[in-house]
Amino acid sequence: MFASLLGKLSWSQLPQDAITRGGAGSIVAGVFAIVVLITLLGRWKWLWKEWLTTQDPKKIGVMYIIVAVVMLLRGAGDALLMRTQQATAAGASGGILDSYHFQQIVSAHGTIMIFFVAMGLMFGLINLVLPLQIGARDVAFPFLNATSFWLFFAGMALVNLSLVIGDFSAAGWLSYPPLSELKYSPTVGVDYWIWALQIAGVGSMLSGINFLVTIIKMRAPGMTFMKMPMFAWSVMASMTLVAFAFPILTVTLALLALDRTLGMHFFTAGSGGNAMMYVNLIWAWGHPEVYILVLPAFGIYSEIVATFARKKLFGYTSMVWAIWAIVVLSFTVWLHHFFTMGAGADVNAFFGIMTGVIAIPTGVKIFNWLFTMYRGRISFKSPMLWFMGFVVVFTIGGVMGVLMSVPAIDYQVHNSLFLVAHFHMMIVGGVVFGYFAGLTYWFPKIFGFRLHEGLGKLAFWFWIGGFLLAFMPLYILGLMGATRRLDHYDASLGWQPLFIVAGIGALCVGVGIGFQLLQLIVSIWQRDQRRDLTGDPWGGRTLEWSVPSPAPVYNFTTTPVITDRDQFWVDKQSGKKPVKQYEDVLLPKNSGASVFIAGFAFMFGFGMVWHIYWLSVLALLALVTTIIVRASNDEPEYILTAKEVEKMDHALSRRKEQYV
Amino acid sequence: MSEVTTTLNMHQIEARATEKTTFGFWVYLMTDCVLFAGLFSVYAVLHGNTFGGPSGHDLFKLPYVLVETMVLLTSSFTCGMAMLAAQRRDRTQVLAWLGVTFLLGLTFLGMELSEFHNMVLDGNSWRRSGFLSSYFTLVGTHGLHITFGLLWMAVTCVFMIKKGLTESVLKRLTLLSLFWHFLDVIWIFIFTIVYLFGSRGI
Repeated sequence: MFASLLGKLSWSQLPQDAITRGGAGSIVAGVFAIVVLITLLGRWKWLWKEWLTTQDPKKIGVMYIIVAVVMLLRGAGDALLMRTQQATAAGASGGILDSYHFQQIVSAHGTIMIFFVAMGLMFGLINLVLPLQIGARDVAFPFLNATSFWLFFAGMALVNLSLVIGDFSAAGWLSYPPLSELKYSPTVGVDYWIWALQIAGVGSMLSGINFLVTIIKMRAPGMTFMKMPMFAWSVMASMTLVAFAFPILTVTLALLALDRTLGMHFFTAGSGGNAMMYVNLIWAWGHPEVYILVLPAFGIYSEIVATFARKKLFGYTSMVWAIWAIVVLSFTVWLHHFFTMGAGADVNAFFGIMTGVIAIPTGVKIFNWLFTMYRGRISFKSPMLWFMGFVVVFTIGGVMGVLMSVPAIDYQVHNSLFLVAHFHMMIVGGVVFGYFAGLTYWFPKIFGFRLHEGLGKLAFWFWIGGFLLAFMPLYILGLMGATRRLDHYDASLGWQPLFIVAGIGALCVGVGIGFQLLQLIVSIWQRDQRRDLTGDPWGGRTLEWSVPSPAPVYNFTTTPVITDRDQFWVDKQSGKKPVKQYEDVLLPKNSGASVFIAGFAFMFGFGMVWHIYWLSVLALLALVTTIIVRASNDEPEYILTAKEVEKMDHALSRRKEQYV
Repeated sequence: MSEVTTTLNMHQIEARATEKTTFGFWVYLMTDCVLFAGLFSVYAVLHGNTFGGPSGHDLFKLPYVLVETMVLLTSSFTCGMAMLAAQRRDRTQVLAWLGVTFLLGLTFLGMELSEFHNMVLDGNSWRRSGFLSSYFTLVGTHGLHITFGLLWMAVTCVFMIKKGLTESVLKRLTLLSLFWHFLDVIWIFIFTIVYLFGSRGI
């Protein structure tokens, strides 16, 4: 009786081997250490009031980034394990991992890096910067925004819980059926994958709607679309893609879950299922997802190049058109992920051509950035270094992508390490470099002090050197026939030296990450010397630099009025000082409901993973009740009076004098 | 530097908030539309995969589904009547019309569940074939939406009884009616693509 109440859960689901135990142990110890630390410092109340229940997008953004950075460490740890395995598992040596375990790590690495690192950094930066950039005080739906974050957090918690109880999917980061069906993956691994992504995915979709409405409805007076900063444009495009693509992910995951839990036949090998339909569906989401991640990064590069070249962005209008061309085209290329499916020459030719075509707007953007730099007074600060690293890596990776867009060539390199090298150059070189650049660039705006430049540059050089060392060999290995997700190979193939080089590269990236952490610690240590007192540490062009650093809770004392692109730059040039007015500001009250909703979603997911259905039903009821209780609250906002705003503003000015 | 303070125009703020929420809800409906589009395309791919089991032609009873459809369409009409009453600020009428809408929605849901129940009793559950999996999922997802709509309607009525026709209740009524009409549109597609085409064996 008791056993059936717990579904598939039992003591034997705790980790059995040394490496998993190590991972599980470090997660448990980490959480335990944090809990003890907060308790000892007596900071629970502070944490709850100031952070967990906050609806201030700036704080939510910080929380997103903290989660993403922690997940980056875990994903990088997985990467190092894989590199070690492939560098050692030749011939008689079996390497450090068994096959099943290796496949789990591959799946976890991909899942975590895309959903909980790249998406986390993206939503974090959007939360931090977007409202400030468009002259708004908040996002359109603050409560929904907090809920999105906590759903993201719940998904992250489920993925990591799989390391402690049960196992994780070994079916790759997109869990293709029939391998991911119950028959071939009978453990809870794939269920963890499904429900973690489902919960986090719903959060992302809600965020997409939220930011889209924010941009369309909440721009400062006078900011017409064509006067928007490029980052805001790129976010608008990316969120449009979220709104169109994420529902497809929701459907796909739901159908796989129905196959696994209710015995349906969507993707099963028999009974009228169609596994290739899954592959079509997941990539109809998955390909736009790549652009969802990279477009905001493009936006960040546009801001950074203009700022550090001290020139206005070259080809603003063509940039906008290029972004929207990418949005449309990104939905017409998904089949290039499986040319080998055998859809026929005509279909493959269409998708091949469209894939080649999408390189055109991307090329337009690259040239626009280069022309922005041309004859500019470039200052090579670390955000600019990340940008220039991006141009190199992204161009190499992009050219390889165009190469693979030819179906005949794709047949040769399909599922090989050549492809792995290509998409890492796009996602790491394009997306992650962009978010690192953005983090360095906007860090002073959020925390009020600058990051250490020297350590930042050192981190960059280790990153880019290590990155090229890790992935250029994979192109060669791919052409030599090495497939992806390979846990062992014959020594006579002669692949081992290249795998060792790749492993050394991964270690260098690890050192780079180490320097980034050191940079953060040193910068916090020396924060008093690094204060940004002007609010405009880089000579910025857009509105976020017109407010003090760190940006106050109300963002702007007066709603700015816009007459030009790069309004702040134009104001600085003309020496115009805006009249300081203070006005009452309406701000969202804190609410714990978001935390509870996500907590219940987590319990629901846990119940579904382990077939503890009573828990899922209870959690769902609790979730709905929380929403209803929240909906009955008619006063979710409070007024920060003009007097209070004035007092806070003066306090900021006084603090400035204190440091000067 | 002159320092001027202004106070908030709450009415204007509320109006803007309503506009924002309504627009946001439209965007949500579009995402829901994509979700259904996904399920429709899955149904389109799998509807012939009966795996030796019954097809739509064997299973669907058109007159029954027509009644179901009329019930749902009528509920959309009564929901519209409730909205008209809401614009006249006539709370009793709003409640009465919403009550009718709720009962019609419940009837629709009951008919759907009974149809599902009979199919399962006949051995034609979602486990039978790819076709039936996609059928139950597409129609069932619409049913889930209806269930959610009914819950929403009940909660809104309780709010209305407790608080009266306040701005926030009116805003929620508007969104609810958008949602309800949206489900109607989806049902028209289900009726056409699943039932009409299916019973004709297309």
